[in-house]
Amino acid sequence: MAKMTKEEVIEVAHLARLAITDEEAEHFAEQLEAITNAMELLNELDTENVEPTTHVLEMANVLREDKAEPGLPRELVMKNVKEQEAGQVKVPTILD
Amino acid sequence: MKLADKTAAELQELIHTKELTIADLTEKTFKRIEELDSDVDAFLALNQEQASSQAAEMDQVPFEERGPLFGLPVGVKDNIVTEGIETTASSRILEGFNPIYNATVVEKLRAAGMVIVGKLNMDEFAMGSSNENSYYKNTKNPWNLETVPGGSSGGSAAAVAAGEVPFTLGSDTGGSIRQPASFCGVVGMKPTYGRVSRFGLIAYASSLDQIGPVTRTVKDNALLLNVIAGHDEKDSTSANVDVPDFAAALTGDITGLRIGVPKEYFAQGVGESSVKAVKDALKVLEEKGAICEEISLPHSKYALSTYYLIASSEASSNLSRFDGIRYGYRTEKAGNLLDFYMNTRSEGFGDEVKRRIMLGTYALSSGYYDAYYKKAQKVRTLIKNDFDKAFEKYDVIIGPTTPTPSFKIGEIIDDPLTMYANDILTIPINLAGVPAISIPCGFDNGLPLGLQIIGKYFDEETVYRVADVFEQATDFHKKTPHIWEGAAQ
Repeated sequence: MAKMTKEEVIEVAHLARLAITDEEAEHFAEQLEAITNAMELLNELDTENVEPTTHVLEMANVLREDKAEPGLPRELVMKNVKEQEAGQVKVPTILD
Repeated sequence: MKLADKTAAELQELIHTKELTIADLTEKTFKRIEELDSDVDAFLALNQEQASSQAAEMDQVPFEERGPLFGLPVGVKDNIVTEGIETTASSRILEGFNPIYNATVVEKLRAAGMVIVGKLNMDEFAMGSSNENSYYKNTKNPWNLETVPGGSSGGSAAAVAAGEVPFTLGSDTGGSIRQPASFCGVVGMKPTYGRVSRFGLIAYASSLDQIGPVTRTVKDNALLLNVIAGHDEKDSTSANVDVPDFAAALTGDITGLRIGVPKEYFAQGVGESSVKAVKDALKVLEEKGAICEEISLPHSKYALSTYYLIASSEASSNLSRFDGIRYGYRTEKAGNLLDFYMNTRSEGFGDEVKRRIMLGTYALSSGYYDAYYKKAQKVRTLIKNDFDKAFEKYDVIIGPTTPTPSFKIGEIIDDPLTMYANDILTIPINLAGVPAISIPCGFDNGLPLGLQIIGKYFDEETVYRVADVFEQATDFHKKTPHIWEGAAQ
């Protein structure tokens, strides 16, 4: 496994939609390098023939009847919207 | 009359003999919070107005229609959504968020007639072991206000230890109920994964998260689990299994019970005081007829790395929903769409949350997925197999909850790996999905120590029975912090 460099931190932060400064990237790189180094411990184990566990209980897909039900009233849904106009969510101008 | 040390049964006795009304109890609860919480800082939002009017109405309900927790106050961790009460998960990104529905557990509390007094501080999005990752405040440990209450359900444990409220709900992803329960000298149960609905729990790591009760006694804990347990069609991972009466499991009899004691839980890094307290506790259980044998859970040392890969990966996915559009914090620095998202999230999330999002994004990214995420899922299987094998022969597994007692605020916050090591003894349990409780079992320099009792899948009953036998044979749960002495309520 590779160590986490400052450049990788910047790349990962971008993928995760986090803005970070150069200084922060350096700090996070140090910490994440220590953390990913500790994770290397797992390489001691031979897991070639081990099935991965995604869920601890034996459970199949849970399906419900495909039946339309009324949604929440609009005013309730809009309750936590910061800016709105005519019952719509308003967002800042994002096109240059 | 002081009420802080009363159990549910004692409070109901006072109410039934008309020495106390639900309205009085509610008022006294808020007074005690007002007295002590300026020091403890366990609560974020209080629900005083609604609680008071609810309490007055509830006094009119005939006694025969009331259950064992009817009219009793309860606090709720701030990552559990409560309609009409601000819910932030202690994050800036949810500042002012006012949920439009209740979590299933909250509906269940209300159906049982419990009075919700407020929301409890936590590490942001349940990521942390000290409550220092809250955007809003540092909760203090009632036993020593210079030390941390543990985390992430630090507010839930501290509020109970301070006697501010007899019941709280927490959530536990890698130890977040048990570690603070241990640090604060209270009883904290992480039920089997799937036992309690996660609907309305703000997701951190969905394959590990579980809601559970925090209380001062084992019996009260079992009563609160009775209220919140059960299948929920709104949570597709909730288990469709029968819910027993957990309180009825406290028979006081553990004759012939087989206890496995994993040698890895007493290894390097686990402090002397924790080791000694647990060994003494095992002697108590042996005197009560249990049989203790040393066992091995050989993959224990891999649990921490496995957990941080899986939990961070799930977190990076779960927390991608916070984008500043429909609810929550929104940046002033919009620029283009990408800047809008990136600034909103950077300003809204704290450092530990960012670290885990980045670690998870990295572990899931192309080229690393097999080496990190899939590898961790495979090791998770090995850890789960350790427990399955041990439980073929033993009824419960017992060890310390944490390697050490609580530590000073600020002491290790800048050292993530040392902070993570707090959870080495609780994390394997979440990876396996089995239930486990922490109960008080001793003190080190005035700070509480916890005994961890781990059970088979859906066998919370045996866990409670063992915990109750220990509690009845000892008086650790009767000790209270010094801050109780000056309180008028």
